Amino acid sequence: MKNWIERQKKIIDFTLSSLLRRKGKNGALILVYTLVVFLLASVMFFVQALKREASLVLKGAPEMIVQRVVVGRNDSIPLDYADRIKEIRGVASVKGRLWGYYYDPVTGANYTFMVPEESPPEKGRITIGKGVSRARFIDEEDEMEFRAFDGVIFNLTVGQVFSSESELISSDLVLVSEDDFRRLFGTGKDRATDLVLRIRNPRELSVIAQKIAELLPDTRVILREEILRTYDMVFNWRGGLTVVILFGGLMAFAILAWDKASGLSAEERREIGILKAIGWETSDVILMKFWEGTAISLSSFFVGILLAYVHVFFLSGALFEPVLKGWAVLYPKYKLVPFISAYQLGTLFFLTVVPYTVATIVPSWRAATIDPDSVMRG
Amino acid sequence: MIELIDVKKVFNQGKPNEFVAIDGVSLFIEANHVTVFKGPSGSGKTTLLSLIGAMARPTSGRIKVMEREITSLPERFLTEVRRKVFGFIFQQFNLVRGVSVLENVMLPAYPLEEGYASLKKRAMGLLDLFGVVNKAPSKVEWLSGGEAQRVAIARALINNPSVIIADEPTGNLDSKLSQEFMDTLGRLKEDRRTILISSHDPIVHESPIAEKVILVRDGRVVDT
Amino acid sequence: MRRANLFLIFLALGLILVSLMFLHACFREKAALPSLREREDMVRRLGLTDLCLFTEASYTRHPTRADRHTPFQDYPMSPDYFPSGSILAPPEMVKR
Repeated sequence: MKNWIERQKKIIDFTLSSLLRRKGKNGALILVYTLVVFLLASVMFFVQALKREASLVLKGAPEMIVQRVVVGRNDSIPLDYADRIKEIRGVASVKGRLWGYYYDPVTGANYTFMVPEESPPEKGRITIGKGVSRARFIDEEDEMEFRAFDGVIFNLTVGQVFSSESELISSDLVLVSEDDFRRLFGTGKDRATDLVLRIRNPRELSVIAQKIAELLPDTRVILREEILRTYDMVFNWRGGLTVVILFGGLMAFAILAWDKASGLSAEERREIGILKAIGWETSDVILMKFWEGTAISLSSFFVGILLAYVHVFFLSGALFEPVLKGWAVLYPKYKLVPFISAYQLGTLFFLTVVPYTVATIVPSWRAATIDPDSVMRG
Repeated sequence: MIELIDVKKVFNQGKPNEFVAIDGVSLFIEANHVTVFKGPSGSGKTTLLSLIGAMARPTSGRIKVMEREITSLPERFLTEVRRKVFGFIFQQFNLVRGVSVLENVMLPAYPLEEGYASLKKRAMGLLDLFGVVNKAPSKVEWLSGGEAQRVAIARALINNPSVIIADEPTGNLDSKLSQEFMDTLGRLKEDRRTILISSHDPIVHESPIAEKVILVRDGRVVDT
Repeated sequence: MRRANLFLIFLALGLILVSLMFLHACFREKAALPSLREREDMVRRLGLTDLCLFTEASYTRHPTRADRHTPFQDYPMSPDYFPSGSILAPPEMVKR
């Protein structure tokens, strides 16, 4: 065993000497490689962590939501729909919910207004998310101006600000009382934005959804599992920017590997000939090429994923922020909970380290098997 | 010690540029002797040496090294023979560029299981023996012709071979260095090694050290 | 120091750091459980359905509740108005 290690080490010695001969080229190679791994791993970590957050946190989402669709768009729903739905067997409760978007011209931000089911703020007071607080530089007991649907301006006092820990779900929220909501948005007392249902037996969800669709053809039903599935698909591999990054990354690898695989230079061939002439077996040469590929790819892999981890979980994916923020004014501040799996990293390993190492070995195979006497003949 | 039985070597067999390099050679090379292969360029000396040194396989015929037939050995064993028995000094030296002198000398033994420290010691010893030990960390490109020659010899000796094969060793050297080279070979012969040289340089085949001179012409041995 | 040894130490270090990374993730995940639960609780209390990530437009802020029409704006092939629209895949329901 010790001898085997010694043999590997000696071959590694020569491999490193060989690589160090072209410091510039190999240095650039490692840099590019590390960068690509860093990008891919960052995207991977970020997306996984967000997906996980969504799947854990949105478990508490409502079981069933009923929306009214008019001319293909969501419209307010009459509350007497709720009465009709309540008659369906299996429905435990139906509640009208009020929520909507408010565009704040002062900051250019969009806020989500909501009347919560439990303990809404008292009239004249609001609870706001940390993002709103930041955007408007306001805190508890400050007043905020709002412009109602009819142009009238009135003030609401900030009662509470949501914690920064909850920013991922509450950053842009403004919780308001029912009266204030209707005053602000002009929603009639007989209407709500949508209906939230509680079902007695979860196994009957789809049956009840079906019945509602038949009963009220101008409605649409959203189930909790669909909510969770949507977030599972967010940042889908096929989605826009992720595809670009992935594709770019894989292209970079293909180029690196192609450069290796497109054959050896005359100098490299000669060198292999010399090695064989002085007594190296074909397997020794292949081993050396293996270490050559591994030295570069494994080093880059380690550095790349470690940097990606720091980037995503210590720096909150700072490089992605401009992309994710897009044109939004309000962007939540959050620290993602690290969620990484050996499976993910294994996949990345197989997509990056293995092809490169193989691409280094394969073209040398042929050269390694020729008779060394061609070297003798100069 | 080394026996060749009706050995033929044909290059590009079956193709229009087919070339018979060795055309039926039978030889016996004695141990602990210095044998020189003399002949014009293109006569097949180099090919003969590479066949003897287990670097290439003959198209037909048999080769025995120390009673053991190597003609049909699988590649792995052939390399083992090559490594253990033979030490090569090439005409162009064929040192690995960009790598230090020391590493070049140790290179033939890298795939083996010997420890780095003891290998290094031996390599330094050889470099010292040939007076180039202070060049050990230098890159081989910086060596003069004579220094490179000596490093090439040191490398050939690292695995302590019993047969040394030198192909046109004085081709790139002046007379003084050529003479020095022959003296070195003489010392090696004292060491109980078998030496094979191919050369058309008179300094070599007229040297008193050359015990046997074999004339090679058109792929055949003409006289002994 | 001998190059091979340096390199192997580097690799070993890499392996150790990667293991530490996993450990750190595990540790942080456990430590984050209470705040995760708090968020879940909040979602339940307030009846929320979406993460507050993209506040540019309604269908990016609430992709789970987006209507069929909005993602296509004026006409079905109209380009996304918002950068985040290029990141989000269309929600499940719209595809049905």
